[in-house]
Amino acid sequence: MFISMNWIKDFVDLSGLDENKLIARFSLSTAEVENEILYKGSDISGVVVGEILSVDAHPKSQKLHLLKVDAGEYGRFDVVCGAPNVRPGMKTAFAKPGAQVGEITIAPRDLAGCTSFGMCCSEKELGISDNHEGVMDLPADLENGRDLKEIYAIDDTVFEVDNKSLTNRPDLWGHYGIAREFAAISGRPLKPLETADLSVYKDLPKIDLKIEDPLCYRYSCLRFENINEHQSPLNMRIRLFYCGMRGINLLADLTNYLMLEMGQPMHAFDSRKVGSIRIRRFGKPFVFKTLDGVERNCDENTLMICNGEEPVAIAGIMGGLDSEIVGDTTSLTLESACFDAASIRKSTVRLSHRTDASMRYEKSLDPEMTVPAIGRFVRLLSEIDPGMTVTSSVTDEYAYRFPKIGIDFDKPFVDRYTGIDISCDRIGDTLVSLGFGVTRDKEKFHVSVPSWRATKDVSMKADLIEEITRIYGYDNFEVFTAKAPLYPVRVFPEKALEEKVKDLLVKRFSLHEVHSYIWAYYDDYRKLGIEVEENVKLIGATSPGIETIRRSIVPTQLCQVKNNVFYAPSFGVFEIGRVVDGFKADGLCNEQKKLAITLFDRSGDAEGLYMKLVDMISVMIGDIRHDEVSFEPASADHGYIHPKNYNKVLCGGKDLGRLGVVHPTVMKKIDKKGICVFAELDVDAMTSLEDKGIRYERVSKFPTVEIDLCFVTGSFLPVAKALHRAHSPLIRKIALVDRYTDEKGEKSIAIRLTFVHPERTLTKEEVMEVVNRIVDEAAKEGANLKQ
Amino acid sequence: MFTQVNELRDRFRDLLAKAKSTADVEELRVSFLGKSGSVTGLLKSMGGLSPEDRKTMGQAVNDLKNRVAEALQEKTEQLKAAELQREIDALPLFDVSAPRDLSRGSYHPITLVQRQCETIFKSMGFTVEDYSEIVTDYECFESLNIPKFHPARDMQDTYYLENGQLLKSQTSAAQNAIYRKYRDRLYKDGTPIKAIFPGRCFRNESTDACHENTFFQMEGVMVGRDISISNLIFFMKTMLSEVFRRDIKVRLRPGFFPFVEPGFELDINCLICGGEGCPSCKHSGWLELCPCGMIHPNVLREGGIDPDEFTGFAFGLGLTRLAMMKYGVKDIRDFNGGLLENLDQFTDDRL
Repeated sequence: MFISMNWIKDFVDLSGLDENKLIARFSLSTAEVENEILYKGSDISGVVVGEILSVDAHPKSQKLHLLKVDAGEYGRFDVVCGAPNVRPGMKTAFAKPGAQVGEITIAPRDLAGCTSFGMCCSEKELGISDNHEGVMDLPADLENGRDLKEIYAIDDTVFEVDNKSLTNRPDLWGHYGIAREFAAISGRPLKPLETADLSVYKDLPKIDLKIEDPLCYRYSCLRFENINEHQSPLNMRIRLFYCGMRGINLLADLTNYLMLEMGQPMHAFDSRKVGSIRIRRFGKPFVFKTLDGVERNCDENTLMICNGEEPVAIAGIMGGLDSEIVGDTTSLTLESACFDAASIRKSTVRLSHRTDASMRYEKSLDPEMTVPAIGRFVRLLSEIDPGMTVTSSVTDEYAYRFPKIGIDFDKPFVDRYTGIDISCDRIGDTLVSLGFGVTRDKEKFHVSVPSWRATKDVSMKADLIEEITRIYGYDNFEVFTAKAPLYPVRVFPEKALEEKVKDLLVKRFSLHEVHSYIWAYYDDYRKLGIEVEENVKLIGATSPGIETIRRSIVPTQLCQVKNNVFYAPSFGVFEIGRVVDGFKADGLCNEQKKLAITLFDRSGDAEGLYMKLVDMISVMIGDIRHDEVSFEPASADHGYIHPKNYNKVLCGGKDLGRLGVVHPTVMKKIDKKGICVFAELDVDAMTSLEDKGIRYERVSKFPTVEIDLCFVTGSFLPVAKALHRAHSPLIRKIALVDRYTDEKGEKSIAIRLTFVHPERTLTKEEVMEVVNRIVDEAAKEGANLKQ
Repeated sequence: MFTQVNELRDRFRDLLAKAKSTADVEELRVSFLGKSGSVTGLLKSMGGLSPEDRKTMGQAVNDLKNRVAEALQEKTEQLKAAELQREIDALPLFDVSAPRDLSRGSYHPITLVQRQCETIFKSMGFTVEDYSEIVTDYECFESLNIPKFHPARDMQDTYYLENGQLLKSQTSAAQNAIYRKYRDRLYKDGTPIKAIFPGRCFRNESTDACHENTFFQMEGVMVGRDISISNLIFFMKTMLSEVFRRDIKVRLRPGFFPFVEPGFELDINCLICGGEGCPSCKHSGWLELCPCGMIHPNVLREGGIDPDEFTGFAFGLGLTRLAMMKYGVKDIRDFNGGLLENLDQFTDDRL
């Protein structure tokens, strides 16, 4: 919304104050001002009233004319002018030599062989409207040579307020409300709004009006006749233009002017089209043509203004084409109303049609404003067109009143909330300057909220804190740290684990941390031939191709790997992210946090790559929980998983997750030469593992005994099981020495056991007892000693 | 005999000059001074000489023996020094400027920025909380003074799920749970609730260089007796100065958010121009950084905290935005883009 400082100064005397500083203050105390402040008229100088004494044809041009212009004390000038509307005796805006008009400095110049000393200007050239049909046609009674800036408010400071910062302030949608803020900021009084005395019309007939729907809070209207003026005064048009609106005709301009001044949207109907006004909704959807000529589908929830049964306007949004005031309208019915904000907002969304009026209504306007706005309208109209007559009394139905709000608080409350000392006088003065009613007994205040702040904005003590502090100025606050009891800050195990895992994977294993989306991307999955698993669905996502929440990070990660295959011949990525495993019994989503790791490699060594991942997991659990993981074969449950080498990761009796190899069909689509292995572990399961801690054991000074055993087996698993079951504290170290396949194709694994006793030299018997148990257990698992 | 001594001396001199290595020198030593060496042999052959001659001759041979030993010693040292020099010379100059494959891992930039913020707040006694990404309408809206049909819900294009839950559109969704988690201690001895909760947020909108549907925020709250606007400004200024590692100026402007009253927009002085005005700050010298405010009484009440007894402030920091500012990331989509050539630059950045 654009704000004209000239308009503000109608209501508060700011003389002697630095305008730029005030605007900066306004931005800090009230609402955000966009950065560029416009100094209107600053690029216009030396433009005076000029009378065209004669108009002659140009010898070489059909379009151009030769004028003689009288500029009073500045003399007479020969001017070449191309405007179509010049005529002898006409007074116009004349930029004399040396004048500044926008970026042009006026100097004598040649136009088709004739020299022009000066320029007659259109409104557009002076930046006061977009009218460029001809040069300005000024009233005949203006004195020649008088500076145009003395007559018209061309000089103005205009700034734009960010509408978003006004969403909770219905009172700031007009200049008068903004002026109140400037009054409070500057400490100057706010002048009352001058309105016509409407009581003089009380004996005139009422308009037939009935509110038939609770969504209309108040409807006030008045009827006028004999309106003969059709154009608004230039100063009014300049203000409208500076505030971003085009001049249309007097009545439309006046309603716009009132809206920009008071924030009250108004609508002028042709009285011939509205005999009996009814405000209501219709039982069924229908099509309605608004005054911009667009046919709009209104549904049964849209509040309408009707002439009897016939809709004539969408309440609070836009009038209808049929009841619009047109050129021959001499009688009009002026609407000044208040509607339910939420209803207007919803209708706006449904119609996808937001207007200056609906923008204001949806902020919860003050219903008290409707009649004063009519008073203001009458006042302005009668000044412009004294011949107009009011032909009805003010007809006003006030169906819903907002409750009056009173708030009690005391100074200690303000002290506590602010942390600083703002004096009682200052508190009182600030609230009064903003229009609040204040009664005070020492440190106790009773505040009545003005109607324009009482529709939603201010309802409780904390709201008053904002009023007091924003005018006080946050940059005037002394700042302090807080005083409070102090305890050590707990670090949550889950958080600590995540950080350790990230450090380990990045620093030790040189992996790259990536982020990805929580949903499955259909297109990306399809490119790899991965099916999207059935899962919880999103409703109405704007981006195409996303609908299903992922159950696993792995498919997403494979898509990311595909996008990076040219990054390096070998790399790994990881993410700690969320997945959803369907719904829980209570109907809520079963959200889980997972760690996913994918390694990519082109060297062809699948086992090496897989074992690297196994090492990572072992080191990780060893570091974070000082425990050991074990692996157990699992059966591949998704198409993208290779049926072989799919393993469960177990620790402390808990299932931590899976690791596996990517299925060749998917792998070929990622990269023909590469191999991918992946793991997905449950972060909560890892967190819940008991930390075994560091168990220090001093190295024994007694001799160690090394025993090599060779088992006939292709897999270490039976050996691992045997070692687990035949566990002995005497075993200090277990190492894999060799695995080989003999001439007959028999596979075997050789291990070396290191035995030591902490306090004495071992006996052969006690070592052999453990060895025999291991051999027996391994045999039970199908791994016999190699002969 | 003296001739023999002289001959031997001359021969030794010639051979020593030819010695190229310590091994050659050792060979010389053996052949002259060894048990069957030439000098030793000369000494042995003196048995037949007269006592006079033996004395003179003995002196001459001993003299030769000593000189040979000295010369050998000297030559050995020379050769050792030369050999050491050769060894030193043999090491080539390494080309440290040639590009190397470091194969270092990398953190996601959000992790780095998040850690920095967490470190700062932990040092000021804030707990770091984790919260789910899928929340209920109550957590994300109702408990935050945003009832159904409130206009503020329009501002947030929320991803709803088929069961009525939603992807959290703001980290504030964790506020209610955090109040409930800590309110017992607050009531027990007035220990303030001091918590930050970084997390991923979602908005149902199309993406471009400046818009993402998935991004990170970090919410912070402090609730206690007499927590004031003054405290809020103090903590924000301190925290942001730490984050940006320089003295940051902050300013508050009124801002409207349903879960705070009063609500503020917090600006910091532009980091690019230092407040002089430049294109980055649209020539204002200030950058809008984060919304904050005093927690709305309804929000406290909903969290089981009596707003007449306790007050508090809350703020929401855009971690993704912070990372963009800090590292000069121009396109927000780079964060979730997963391209390692972009991401591998974030090796480490601890405070």
